[in-house]
Order: sequence, then C-alpha cells, then structure tokens
Amino acid sequence: MSDARTIGEVAHLVRSKNAGPFWQTLDVFLDDDASFDAVAQAPVLDPAVIGPLYRVDPATVRIFRLPSIRVVKISFPRRAAQGGIADRDMHAGQQHVPLARLRLDGAP
Amino acid sequence: MAEAKVLVPAGMLGAGFTAESVQRGIALGADAIAIDGGSTDSGPYYLGSASPKMPAEAIAADLRILLVHGRAAGIPVIVGSAGTSGTDTGVDWVAGIVEAIAAEEGLSLRLARIYSELRPEALAPVLDAGGITPLPPSGALDQVTLDRCEHIVGLLGAEPFAAALDAGADVIIAGRATDTAVIAAYPLLHGCPPGPSWHAAKTAECGGQCTTNPRGGGVLVSIDDGGFTVEPLDEDTACTPMSVAAHMIYENADPNVMREPSGTLDVTDARYEPLDDRRVRVTGSAFTPQPYTTKLEGSGIVGYQSIALAGIKDEEVLADIELWADSLRDYVAYKVEDVLGLPAGDVHIEVRCYGWNAVLGDIDPDTGPPREVGAVLIVTAADQATATKVVKLANPYLLHMPLPGMDHLPSFAFLSSPAEIPRGPLYEFLLQHVVAGDVAGPLSRTEISEVGR
Repeated sequence: MSDARTIGEVAHLVRSKNAGPFWQTLDVFLDDDASFDAVAQAPVLDPAVIGPLYRVDPATVRIFRLPSIRVVKISFPRRAAQGGIADRDMHAGQQHVPLARLRLDGAP
Repeated sequence: MAEAKVLVPAGMLGAGFTAESVQRGIALGADAIAIDGGSTDSGPYYLGSASPKMPAEAIAADLRILLVHGRAAGIPVIVGSAGTSGTDTGVDWVAGIVEAIAAEEGLSLRLARIYSELRPEALAPVLDAGGITPLPPSGALDQVTLDRCEHIVGLLGAEPFAAALDAGADVIIAGRATDTAVIAAYPLLHGCPPGPSWHAAKTAECGGQCTTNPRGGGVLVSIDDGGFTVEPLDEDTACTPMSVAAHMIYENADPNVMREPSGTLDVTDARYEPLDDRRVRVTGSAFTPQPYTTKLEGSGIVGYQSIALAGIKDEEVLADIELWADSLRDYVAYKVEDVLGLPAGDVHIEVRCYGWNAVLGDIDPDTGPPREVGAVLIVTAADQATATKVVKLANPYLLHMPLPGMDHLPSFAFLSSPAEIPRGPLYEFLLQHVVAGDVAGPLSRTEISEVGR
C-alpha cells in the first residue's frame, strides 16, 4: 500500500547540520517503532532517491538506520564547502526541508 | 581502580553558565573542568583572519567563574580551540584574559599554553614526503593550495593536554583541538580506559546537549574501568538513555564511529541504562588505537566582497523573479565590461533572492511566486575597491531593473544609504587532510608560565 505521508509528517523532528566544513548530515527523529519502520523501510530511503533530491552523487550518500534511538541519519558531502562563494547555508541548518517534503511512497 | 570526573560547564566558552552549576559539579567531586573554545562551525572567516567569534567580555565572564572556583577546589581548568579557530593569536588572546582575571582575583596558577598553528612552509617538506593525505570528499593536496592558506591549524589530541597536566598545569589554554580531547585528557592520564574516556568526552562535548533540556547547563561525566556515567549539573534537568545515545549523532557524519588522532571510537555495541531518573550509565564503548594522524584545517581568501540589498514587493516582478534576477545579473556583467573594462571572468556577480530560493537554490521544493523578496547583489572581486565599485555601478539597475516588456521603471526598496556594503575578504576552507604523525614530527608546542606567583 502506498504511503502518501511525507517524512516530515511522520517524524517528530527532521533537522540538518554541518558535519565539518565539507559534509552535511540530516537527522530524522521518530516517536515510535511504527513510524521508525515506516521511514526506515520506505523505498525512498535509498541513495538513488536522496542523491538526485540533493543533486549529489548517490555513491557519496550514506544512510544509517538506528532502531535503538529511532533515528534515521543521512550524510553526504556538501555541494559547496561551508562559507565559500557558492555556499547558501553557513551551518547547513535549513537543508532538511527537501527531505522533510519527500513522500514515503516517492510520489511527487 | 581508575576513576575520573570531568565537569563540562557548556558546549563553548563564552556561551554562558552559572557559578552555581559549576559549584554543584565541584561538590559532586569533579577532578577537572574542561570546555571547548571554538569550532569550524561559524565558517572560514574566523580561522582565515585569526579572529574570535565571541566578545572578550563573554569569554572573561565564563573564565572568571571557572578560574575562581577551579582554583578554590584545586582542580585544573582546560580550554581547547581558544579564540574560536585555535590559532596562536587565539591562544594568546584567551591566555591574556586568564592573566588579567588572575591579577584581578589575586589568583596564582601555573598556566600552560599549547600552540597548534602550522605554517605552510613548515608543511611543504611533509607534503613533498607524501605525509599529507586527503579525507573524503577532498583530493590530493598541492603546494598552491597549501600556500593559499592564511592560517593552518592541526587538531590536537589528548596527549599534549595530558603532558601539560602531568607538568602540574592548573590552567591549560590550547589551540585547535578535537572537541573531545580537552575532556578525555584527564581520565586518560589517570588510567581510565580509552573507550569510555572518548565516548564520555563525545557525550559531554556540547554541555547540556545530551540532556533533556539543552539550554539547562552543563554535565558531569564520571569515567571508570567499566564505563562512564553522565549527569546534568542542573538539578531540574535529566539525562535519559535516549538523550545520551542521540547526542552521538550530532554534527557527526557517521553515528557509530569517530576518528581521533590516536585511533577510532566505536559505539556500535554501547549500552545506555538509567541509573535513576537523572543519570545514565554507558558501557560497551570501544576504542581501537591506530597510527597517529593530525587533521588539518586551513582557510584562505577567495576575493573581496561588496553587497547591496533591494526589497521587492511588486507582484508583477515577483511573478517572474527568476527572469528578473537573471536579467539584472547579465546587465551588471555587461556594464562591468563596457564601463569598467574588466573581463567577465575577473568579477563574480550573483543575485541571491531571499524569500524565493536563496537558501536552497536549485533543490528548493517550492514553486510559485514569493510574497516578498530581498534581492542581494553579491559581487566578489580581486580587491575591495573593485567589488565596491561594481556594486556602485550596479546601483541604478538594482533600484530600477524592469522586466522585459515593462513600460515603466519600477523602484525597489533599498535597505540602506549608501546602498553598497563592503564585506571585506571572503574566505574558504581549503584543507580536509591529515598529516601522518611519524612523518611530521611534533606538531604542537607547549609553554608553561607561573601567573601571580
């Protein structure tokens, strides 16, 4: 059955942050095991989807599923190094939004 | 049995905390106070210019509490990454504040300054010998990039801190260090196992971030042979297994492993159990020693920037904001060549539209016209005068640029007069590399002095 909810709707919190000047990391916090499973097992939780969503090479996308703390974590290199001429978000603090808007069933 | 308790009053020196929270940690038996003084997180300017992010008054307010109570209890105070980026200038700046406070408060103390700034010319032979290797996503380092760095720092591990403690330092002010080294040094020196020492340090590095109330003050970590215990300094705040485990993922690309100069912390098999409703016990943290490496950070100048900001509320322009922004950029580029005679490649011109897609650019999921836009003209050139001249040249177009086909010239809402705002140099981070320990020789220098004696 397709799930029309977005990751942001299912999660308690979706956030993003620098992991050093050259990487960014997105954290998805889930309130219970059912919502964790819904996100952790969603077909969109795949480098082949996350890569194009952020216009980065899917081969560089790392996805971690952490059931004990009900967190899904996604890390990949920044397209523009922090603070350089092409950077738009010094702390990468607003980069979670495309992920939060992503529907679990992958529909646009 | 080895045991050590480290008080971490906050995630950053200058962020502010209360004397009561520090007194409470000391009453709980703290053996040392450790706090991080900086980070790369505020961007490349602070390292590139070797200037601090925080005002001296904020650093002094925190240090006064730590020095007065730390000296009264006879426990060391350890500060890393002094002055935000941990350059030699940053170390001397914070050490100077320590000396001033010691004089005002009548304190006598043994002060250790640990410097970790490196000159490009000192690293050149190391680079030639193949002793500098890239970390992803960077490629191999070349001499040109090394020479472009205005300042380079090497991240200190726990060893120089432990050596300074062993030399009887009451206060350590150090250059750039890993956030964890300042906290792990004391327990490691006193024989605590490295797994729990490093994991406790990672847990406490942001102060109260590992508690249920991140704004509620610092924490005390107690490390022993079997693991570590973490508890908040604020009695109204709690650590839970979830709050402690979740902190491992913060600002860390890999939630299970963390590389330090001397090896790798792995928390994959860590167990988090409540001791009571405020304290958490952590066991199962593993640390694998590896050949010593020092991570480098470097920052250099890209160019000099000037900006101007125009507010747009006109619905007709907002309906076609992308076309408007592109037209403006292209027209300014044309004028730069036509009037100033500068080749197109010499000046970087961008129109970044806040309220439309300034933050996310081409990955913005939103479509449709914005409600209001702050259009920032950003000009980067080889020198400040040229950057400002280009923004001045662009002034009438930023103010009046019409959409193609408009029969009138609109006027937008400028932020300021003068419209042009010189921003100074634009820096960028240039290094994501490590130096092999056995190639480079000693990368840090420690100086010890007696203050107020």
